[in-house]
Amino acid sequence: MKYGYYPGCSLERNARAYHDSTMAISKPLNLEFVEVDDWNCCGATEYIALNKIPAFALISRNLALAADQNIGENLVAPCSACYLNLKKADHYLAETPDLKQKVDTALEAGGLQYQPGSINVQHLLETLVLDVGFEAIEEQVQKPLYNLKVAPYYGCLVPRPAAMDSFDDPEHPISLDKLIEKLGATVVDFPLKAQCCGGHMTQISEDTALELIRHLLKNAADNEADMIATICPMCQLNLDAYQDAVNARFGTDYHIPIVYFTQLMGLAFGIPAKKLGFGKEIVSSRAALEKISDEAPQPVKNSKKVQKTSSLPMPIMIEEG
Amino acid sequence: MTDSLTSRPPTFYDEVVAETLGLAENLKTCLQCGTCSGSCPSGPDMDYSPRTIFAMIDAGMKDEVLRSNTSWYCVSCYYCTVRCPQEIPITDLMYSLKRMSIQAGHYQEADLDKAPEFSETFMNFVENNGRSFELGIATRYHLRYHPLGAIKLATGMGLKLFTKGRMDITPTKIKNISQLKSILNKAKELGGAA
Amino acid sequence: MNDKKQIPEQLEKVGVYICHCGSNIAGTIDVEDVAKWAKNNPNVEISRNYEFMCSNTGQELIEKDIKEKGLTRIVVASCSPLMHEKTFREATERGGINPFLFEMANIREHGSWATNDKAAATQKAKALVNGAIERVVHQVPLEKIPVDINPATLIVGGGIAGITAALELAEAGNQVYLVEREGTIGGHMAQIDKTFPTLDCSACILTPKMVDVGQNDNITLLTFSEIEDVEGYIGNFTVKVRKKARCLIEELCTSCGICEEKCPVKVIDEDYGAGLGYRKAIYRAFPQAVPGYPVLDKDNCTYFENGKCRACEKFCPTDAIKFDQEDEILNITVGNIILATGYDLFDARRIPQYGYGRLPNVFSSLEFERMVNASGPTEGHIVLRDGVTEPESVAIVHCVGSRDQNYNEYCSKVCCMYSLKFAHLVHEHIPEAVVYNFYMDMRTPGKGYEEFYHRLLKEGTHFVRGRVAEITDVGRNPAEEGKLIIQSENTLLGKQQRTPIDMVLLSSGMQARHDSEEVSQLFKMGCGFDGFFTERHPKLAPVSTMTDGIFIAGACQGPKDIPETVAQAGAAASQVAKLINQGTVMMEPVRASIREDECSGCRICNNLCPYNAIEFDDEKKVSRIITALCQGCGTCVAACPSSVIDGAHFTNTQVMAELKGLLWDVQPAPQKTPA
Repeated sequence: MKYGYYPGCSLERNARAYHDSTMAISKPLNLEFVEVDDWNCCGATEYIALNKIPAFALISRNLALAADQNIGENLVAPCSACYLNLKKADHYLAETPDLKQKVDTALEAGGLQYQPGSINVQHLLETLVLDVGFEAIEEQVQKPLYNLKVAPYYGCLVPRPAAMDSFDDPEHPISLDKLIEKLGATVVDFPLKAQCCGGHMTQISEDTALELIRHLLKNAADNEADMIATICPMCQLNLDAYQDAVNARFGTDYHIPIVYFTQLMGLAFGIPAKKLGFGKEIVSSRAALEKISDEAPQPVKNSKKVQKTSSLPMPIMIEEG
Repeated sequence: MTDSLTSRPPTFYDEVVAETLGLAENLKTCLQCGTCSGSCPSGPDMDYSPRTIFAMIDAGMKDEVLRSNTSWYCVSCYYCTVRCPQEIPITDLMYSLKRMSIQAGHYQEADLDKAPEFSETFMNFVENNGRSFELGIATRYHLRYHPLGAIKLATGMGLKLFTKGRMDITPTKIKNISQLKSILNKAKELGGAA
Repeated sequence: MNDKKQIPEQLEKVGVYICHCGSNIAGTIDVEDVAKWAKNNPNVEISRNYEFMCSNTGQELIEKDIKEKGLTRIVVASCSPLMHEKTFREATERGGINPFLFEMANIREHGSWATNDKAAATQKAKALVNGAIERVVHQVPLEKIPVDINPATLIVGGGIAGITAALELAEAGNQVYLVEREGTIGGHMAQIDKTFPTLDCSACILTPKMVDVGQNDNITLLTFSEIEDVEGYIGNFTVKVRKKARCLIEELCTSCGICEEKCPVKVIDEDYGAGLGYRKAIYRAFPQAVPGYPVLDKDNCTYFENGKCRACEKFCPTDAIKFDQEDEILNITVGNIILATGYDLFDARRIPQYGYGRLPNVFSSLEFERMVNASGPTEGHIVLRDGVTEPESVAIVHCVGSRDQNYNEYCSKVCCMYSLKFAHLVHEHIPEAVVYNFYMDMRTPGKGYEEFYHRLLKEGTHFVRGRVAEITDVGRNPAEEGKLIIQSENTLLGKQQRTPIDMVLLSSGMQARHDSEEVSQLFKMGCGFDGFFTERHPKLAPVSTMTDGIFIAGACQGPKDIPETVAQAGAAASQVAKLINQGTVMMEPVRASIREDECSGCRICNNLCPYNAIEFDDEKKVSRIITALCQGCGTCVAACPSSVIDGAHFTNTQVMAELKGLLWDVQPAPQKTPA
């Protein structure tokens, strides 16, 4: 399957591990990612805070380029902010004639044009879960990640795209949980899995950001996660690079490596760790990865959920997924 | 405030709605239930809760709203938006308030003036290069506004990221930067100030 | 009724009356202009406008004009025919001409209320009036059809609404069939512990009524039964009921309960027990169930699983167990039907951030009703999910699924009051517990309701204004560890608040039954987008439906509490009693008829008729309509390939004349000249 690919600024350098691992797993999964030529920054969460029309024009240049370059109608963005911006621009251009007219005029000044709806923006997780499917992913697993306890972390911008249908539940997404299970790893309970990492607050109001990061690290640690798997460069950066600052501020001692879910997929597919960008994380994942065993763990029920005889029955949950 | 509120001047409410995409007119239907403010991860840091801000918009308290730090503390997590029982696009409204605050020249009075400054530094790089550039943005932003922060950055985390090969020394520039500049200049003509 | 013969050879004398309806119509439509303009139609003898046509003076105007000016047809342009068609038909009749020579144009709901554009509304009024004039000249005199009312009544649903309506009718000497889906009557009220605001024991006031139903000779009680099909019309319904096999010979069962005691299978009681307790595979929902004999749950019975066990059969002293019993189909005939099918509780699992089903100590309101009840699974002790620990603090969350565009937009009306009741019950059972109510707005209109709120304020309940944003078990500090944390804004302070507590009760709203749409189709009556059944008029006909002979009562019409439900049930019973007393009703003569000499005998219409009102004459090879059964729906008229079926009062000529009249100002499109 051929897809347009929009890496975004983070994947060029800071989140290079995300890019490298995405490329590494694409081959066994028969995915062809064609990068949009000469793409520009999506504006992250900054441009829209300054000026509306330029913010949408900036994003739309990418959509126009993607539509023009004959790389297929599906455009995959691994970065959550890029994904949301691209998808949101396409959505609002289609539904707001005044915005579209102004953006059209701006694009025209650069000799470009874009018809909303001609590009289908997907997050990488969406592509893997919906288009590739759990079965095909499971088929590629050669070295199951037995015994590795992973907290799946979704963040905000993928499960909750405003005003647009998300492919997963905005409050309790489960697609990444299921994917990681297919890799043989143990998914730990991680109730804060869709909570905020602080976003750009690390730059603006460190107090706000460190408190939010602390909640997440504490929740993962309390549930005995060996590592947190993310789908977003911003989440990775905040939880990884600011873990020391959290420890210093709150007197804690967290050492939880933060890796991209694609790195774990690559590892399970038998791809060497080096090719997957392992080692670039600031909190080293080495110790955690050493826990991976060749034998499948005995299925143990979460102690929280074991019912004592005197206890009252829990409400029956509707079959998930 | 010593004065009691007078009647609601409708213009500010209309300005806010006009500036916002999506179903902004749903703002009229706010039930003042507080779901947004209860859901907000940075809510405790805001001087007014988002719900209070909506009541102030309704009351026409333009200056107080645009001087508040509320929108600048928004982390864009969208919990308020998906939970709002009246389907008000609250996150987008916060972006509108940020823009209006800059345009009104009020943002420096909010006690989170770092936020617009960061946004502006970030976008200066993007406008000139087409790509963002963490090291450049961070150092320029800190040197210009918060020199102490720059030292911390250079010796602490920045150094770590740099040694891990996660930070560039020079920015990447897109090929057709002149095209991007034409687009953005035209967009600025059409889109008002800033 | 041959269409062709209906073209009038001479002009009719039509009287046209434009109603002001105060300012309702005249405020938007230029009524004088419309009246003046109508005179241009050659058939119009007189055209007037008047302030209130429905007033006595207005009606007398019509009567007087008929007598004095020799009018032959009447048109009134006013409100919806649903409101006053009957009024004006009767005035026409009193004037001395057949009431079906009257036509009504709705210029209020379809005109003045639909727009603020005065010119456009006036223009539309002219079109509607003209359509009515053009139609009325083609109308023919018709006679109403008398229909006898079968005095038996079907009541669907055995909750407090169905029970009340059944007793009202049966005690007045009428035959009632009460059909209930579950094994016992009682409904939701039987699950509830106490009723607000008086705190009566719910079972204590309900079970005597249940006993009365069981003992009343005029009531045929069909429990564990469902309606499969409904045919007929007011006065003459035939209803097919499936009486599901209980695997038990009712006549032999003495309700001794030994089978239940001996059954080795224990399953979670999802229905009556709200999922909090257990029951056996052969069971009575509760000891006071009516009827008293049990139901065998085939899905969970060991015998039906693997052919073994048979404990109930072995121990039954009267050999009443019959594993191979089959469902029974009953056809009953009734004159009227009351639907009292009740409500479903909003499923809180749909709001993941409230944690129901995930966080053990979050309970639904029905779970709590069962828990706090002395005959419930904890014998009335309020405990956490572990079954033993008493909570030190309890939070009651209002508006779960209500007042929310993402779920149900409406206010569910009863939750504020039952939340207050819950707070009271916690105070009563655990005096030292701290109780919070998280509310958006406190809504307590009702006799003694606000007083009950004041009582709870005095009892020391903490009221926090603000809709709950989320409920989590992820603590941030030692005070929160091991607790549930309610995160909300205290909107009176404008501050985010995290409240650590032990137990959460979710006050879910009422919503329409999951299958209410299918039920409404089965009974051929309407339900709204929210699934609640639609009443004929929201103020003046709250228990009638648009289908004659079918009435609604209780929460199937919209959220309501017990007093309101009982009042509606009484109202529905009295509507039915009125019809039974009348013995006969006059039905609209809107019926189809087949011109037999032109019928090709293709029989297409035969199977399409939803009322089975068309028979086929094998000798003459033509179809024929049974007038008594025909409801005038028009399906056959439209379907007939030879166009030989006429719908009285809706003939092609009449409908086409009306359309032509409506479109009087539409110019034919100019012909395009080919290039």
